[in-house]
Amino acid sequence: MQTAQLRKRLTPYLFLLPGMAFLMVWLVYPMGHAFFISLRDWNPVPGQPSPFVGLSHYGQAFGDATFRLALKNTALYVAITVLGQLILGVGVALLLDRLLRGRVFFRTLYYLPVVTSWVVVSLLFKYLFNSSPAGMINYLLVDVSHLLAQPVAWLNEPGTAFIALYSLGIWKGVGWTMVIILAALQSLPEDCFQAAAIDGASGLQSLFYITLPLLLPTIVLVLIMLTIGGFQTYIPIALVTGGGPLHRTEVLLTYMYDQAFSDLNYGYASAQAYILAAIVFVISQAQLRLHRPVDILA
Amino acid sequence: MKRRNAIHQAIYVILLSLGGLATIFPFIYMISTSLKGPVYVFELPPRLIPSNPTLQNFVSAWTSNNFGRYFLNSLGVTVVTTLLVVWLGSMMAFALARFEFALKKPLYYLVMFFMMMPAMSLIVPQFILAARLKQVDTLSGLVLLYVAQNIPLATFLLRGFLEQVPREIEEAALIDGASAWDVYWRILLPLSKPALATAAIFASLGAWDEYVWAFTIINTPEKRTLPVGIAAFHGVHLSDWGLVFAASLIAVVPVMVLFIALQKYFIKGMTAGALKG
Repeated sequence: MQTAQLRKRLTPYLFLLPGMAFLMVWLVYPMGHAFFISLRDWNPVPGQPSPFVGLSHYGQAFGDATFRLALKNTALYVAITVLGQLILGVGVALLLDRLLRGRVFFRTLYYLPVVTSWVVVSLLFKYLFNSSPAGMINYLLVDVSHLLAQPVAWLNEPGTAFIALYSLGIWKGVGWTMVIILAALQSLPEDCFQAAAIDGASGLQSLFYITLPLLLPTIVLVLIMLTIGGFQTYIPIALVTGGGPLHRTEVLLTYMYDQAFSDLNYGYASAQAYILAAIVFVISQAQLRLHRPVDILA
Repeated sequence: MKRRNAIHQAIYVILLSLGGLATIFPFIYMISTSLKGPVYVFELPPRLIPSNPTLQNFVSAWTSNNFGRYFLNSLGVTVVTTLLVVWLGSMMAFALARFEFALKKPLYYLVMFFMMMPAMSLIVPQFILAARLKQVDTLSGLVLLYVAQNIPLATFLLRGFLEQVPREIEEAALIDGASAWDVYWRILLPLSKPALATAAIFASLGAWDEYVWAFTIINTPEKRTLPVGIAAFHGVHLSDWGLVFAASLIAVVPVMVLFIALQKYFIKGMTAGALKG
């Protein structure tokens, strides 16, 4: 009887064990190790001493002009792309919700960028924003619409390079926002709208006084998820501008990666990684307060 | 009234088509460029319909530029990762959904925590670990990390599903003397097929598209996966866009086909957590 009891109590742990082993080895242990590394001038050569430097790498980050620029660039990237995705995503979802035919077709269409690899779409935008007059964006702006007199060398200046990066970020993410908002729209209670229609509410009135307030929790949720995702942006910047020219388009993760794997400053890079993780953690805590936990997706 | 509705519908379709055009245009241009010879990649005006279309880029990507090899690497890594993630994740989900035990809550929060945690923030210690375990420059080094990174989401999705499966069937089986493993393997897994499909889709997409880890630990060109192979090819042949996009399409088309075929599982996975607030 006793062994049967023991077996019963052990059962859930046995089911958890193999999966947890992966998490422990590849996520939990590295998380502790990262903190340990961040307190040292880590020597990548095994067996060599790595002097303890306390929290000085964390201090170093805030005195580092490039890190501060990367933080600013990241914050701006998040603000602009999140707002763009949200406005367009909600707009498309509202239109799709009212559409009588062809909803699945358009939903699929808008979702295609979301399922396409970041590497591929980053190279694609690099090509579209090519500086030659034959670059597609230059061609459309100069020859087709005459909005610009001259072709622009988009990726040579931080300002214009970020226009390309923002467009990419928004273009890739609208579909994700749209799918979540559309699902929320379709689960809204019908009777509110019927009651409003009977009371003579116009379409715009029911949009602003019923639909949007009812959507608010979902919008807040999407806002937070997009913000968390935006802070982690790496591939588009790494592949489109490489953080250049002269580190001017660096974001948190491109700078962290460079510090780690180009300059071999493992200690400083780990401190930066912890600062980013702390930012993301605070934002996701805000989400847990506001809403039940949700899944993070593609 | 009816006419007004028809006008509204027409306006919606026009607006959605304009947005849809902006969404799809880069893809169309990518396909078009992949069919162009090198001299036509920067012709003025740029053409959407290539003047001398050729499949040469696809042929040379697949044969002389190793993309066939990269495709197989990606496929192998993705399949092994997905199987492990779905298997291990479903066992964890089973434990978390069907048992009461002391560490249940902390372990569940741990899973949730790693779903939120920025994946790249641990890359330095993970790289050191991979070096210690002799996993640098190996495909198994890719699988090990991808499994760890994708288990939390799979566990979360599957646990949410299992919580809603009524317990009557398995209780009857338990009375008949079935073991916990029987309940998991013979009763719950077959019932969970839609959720397993959702979890498998997200795990395979995660592995198929992963770039940063593969770029970091793989040195030998023959061991590259598709994303790394594409980026590396672009790094060397900066203006050979036709070939870059031919290789890109080799990577992207399977995903798009999968997405279009299995759309309902995609959408379910995305909205499951987000909406049952």
